[in-house]
Amino acid sequence: MSEVVQPASLALAVSRPKTAPFDWRRAVPLLLAAPLLIYMLVFYALPVVAMLLRSVNDPTWTLANYATLFDDVVFQKTFWITLNTSVIVTLGCLILGYPVAMGLVRSKTMAPFILVIILLPFWTSVLVRSYAWMVLLGRHGLVNEALMALGMIDRPIRILNTTLATQIAMIHILLPYMILPIANALRQIDPSLIRAASGLGSTPFMTFRQVILPLSMSGVAAGTLLTFVLALGFYITPAMVGGPRDITLSMLIAQQVDQLNWAYAATLSAILLATALAILAVARKLPGVGNAFRTSMR
Amino acid sequence: MTGAGMNGAGSASGSGASVTLSNLEKTYDRANAAKAVDGVSLDIRSGEFLTMLGPSGSGKTTTLMMIAGFETPTAGDIAIDGKSVVAMPPYRRNIGMVFQNYALFPHLTVEENVGFPLKQRGVPKAERAKLVAEALELVHLPGYGARYPRQLSGGQQQRVAVARAVVFKPRLLLMDEPLGALDKQLRENLQLEMRRLHADLGITFIYVTHDQEEALTMSDRIAVMNDGKVAQVGSPEDLYDRPDNRFVAGFIGESNFLPAIVRGLEDDVVIAECEGTLIRALCPGRPTSGEKVTLTTRPERLRFTDGAWSGTTPQNRLSVTVTEAVFAGERCRYMLQAGDGTSIVLKEPSSTAIRRRAVGERAEIAWSVADTILV
Repeated sequence: MSEVVQPASLALAVSRPKTAPFDWRRAVPLLLAAPLLIYMLVFYALPVVAMLLRSVNDPTWTLANYATLFDDVVFQKTFWITLNTSVIVTLGCLILGYPVAMGLVRSKTMAPFILVIILLPFWTSVLVRSYAWMVLLGRHGLVNEALMALGMIDRPIRILNTTLATQIAMIHILLPYMILPIANALRQIDPSLIRAASGLGSTPFMTFRQVILPLSMSGVAAGTLLTFVLALGFYITPAMVGGPRDITLSMLIAQQVDQLNWAYAATLSAILLATALAILAVARKLPGVGNAFRTSMR
Repeated sequence: MTGAGMNGAGSASGSGASVTLSNLEKTYDRANAAKAVDGVSLDIRSGEFLTMLGPSGSGKTTTLMMIAGFETPTAGDIAIDGKSVVAMPPYRRNIGMVFQNYALFPHLTVEENVGFPLKQRGVPKAERAKLVAEALELVHLPGYGARYPRQLSGGQQQRVAVARAVVFKPRLLLMDEPLGALDKQLRENLQLEMRRLHADLGITFIYVTHDQEEALTMSDRIAVMNDGKVAQVGSPEDLYDRPDNRFVAGFIGESNFLPAIVRGLEDDVVIAECEGTLIRALCPGRPTSGEKVTLTTRPERLRFTDGAWSGTTPQNRLSVTVTEAVFAGERCRYMLQAGDGTSIVLKEPSSTAIRRRAVGERAEIAWSVADTILV
């Protein structure tokens, strides 16, 4: 399986017999990608490495920055809040997204409409969407006005700048990342399997549980991973609509950078990056998931 | 035999279900769409092996899908054992079904696939295992239970699909071109196995195929479908020896079509003139004198006679010229021309004792009146 994901350059090196003269035609894909690769190296990879190095060499070579994290209450609380928010947001996306993905795949006439509904916010800036949520959830926002009009509450309740607001807004923003991989997996299920299940005596609910759900698990895994990893690094939305005590890891990093506390910010960044990579690495080892992740990202 | 909880529609006795299709119609809701199935009426007897044979688009698969419950008829009725099932969802019809691409669940092992219908019926685990083992034995795949479908060959997957379709002892088994994706050798083996299975189980089989040889080999009766209608229903011999119409004569086996003009009638035999020669043919109807008709006869029923006819039955004769001679192993195939243009194909066994004809040679051919049909 691993050879599938090897970049062209690696595949080239592995498959070329040592004795054969170098075939320039096989280097063409690499040459075509070269400008971008150089660009990424200079403007992305090198700065990231330089920044991460600051966590161990500022001012001298030391692992002290990491060691102090073990008794750093602020860090631990922040890390916990970040993980907690990510889990809740991911679950929310899954519960709300799965039925939408099914609707998207099942309905021939409604599919383009549903797809536009999903993708329209997807194409809008996160900043704009977070502002929209501020308007909606504010003291005199649409949600409060509606609840009061319905007589469910007497005076405006505090939604904006709470943990709930962060979760609502993040679920909304991350839903497409959950729906699209699941829809992709559902679309790949051979319709004759569903007919076969029905013909063999399975009610629609049993067919869902025994055939559709297990066969869509690859999409669920991919969507969950994608949503979770993106949620880990969320900054704008929690900063704008979240509660004052709901500091996520990315907010803490921003704060430290503001205070020119580069070494600490770099340490936190390294932790965030390591967490995301660790989750991806573990998930790829799960049977079927790595494969599904790649197919859904095509 | 029957496990607990297996009491869906019509599992009253061990024998096969009877199926009655009455004026069945299916139109897909596109404007001006032709009817996919157009007034199909069929009585399928209990325990029968009935094949629906026809070219693609003839409505055979749509008819099967309506019996299974995956398509809803636009008009008409489907009754299983005399009870209408049109309003019944597929999962309550208790019909076994083998799909064209087998439709095995890729995430389940062979054992789980075959046990699937039993699980839906709430059969306890221990009994399920026993029935699954029996079904796998029936299709000659014991010991394959733990594998996944993708680890099996096409023929093995097909057997698993059959085992899964019969494991819950349905009284009716539907098969949609189940051998279509397999190579010729395997197909022929499995055709014989299907027949054996039918004999062993004693249930009703409805089989859909476009392969006329397959239909002739396996079926008790064949319903030839064309343009959404049943062109003819009958035993393989009926359809081959006494086709009702030109479509059936042309679709099943090879046929010669001789244009002729009716000159007279003799009991159930019609006398018609073809290329200046009088030909006698069996005819169910009463054509009028002077009517233009088509006579049909099978290439392998024709013989070169050179004046002598060894058969005892009444015969037809025709003078021809050989226009093409092909040696095809077990048979020799000749293209002949009668009078001013009617082409006739003649096939004869390639015995060294029979003189081969050369192109351009003039000859006389003869065949039995019983092998000549007016269509």
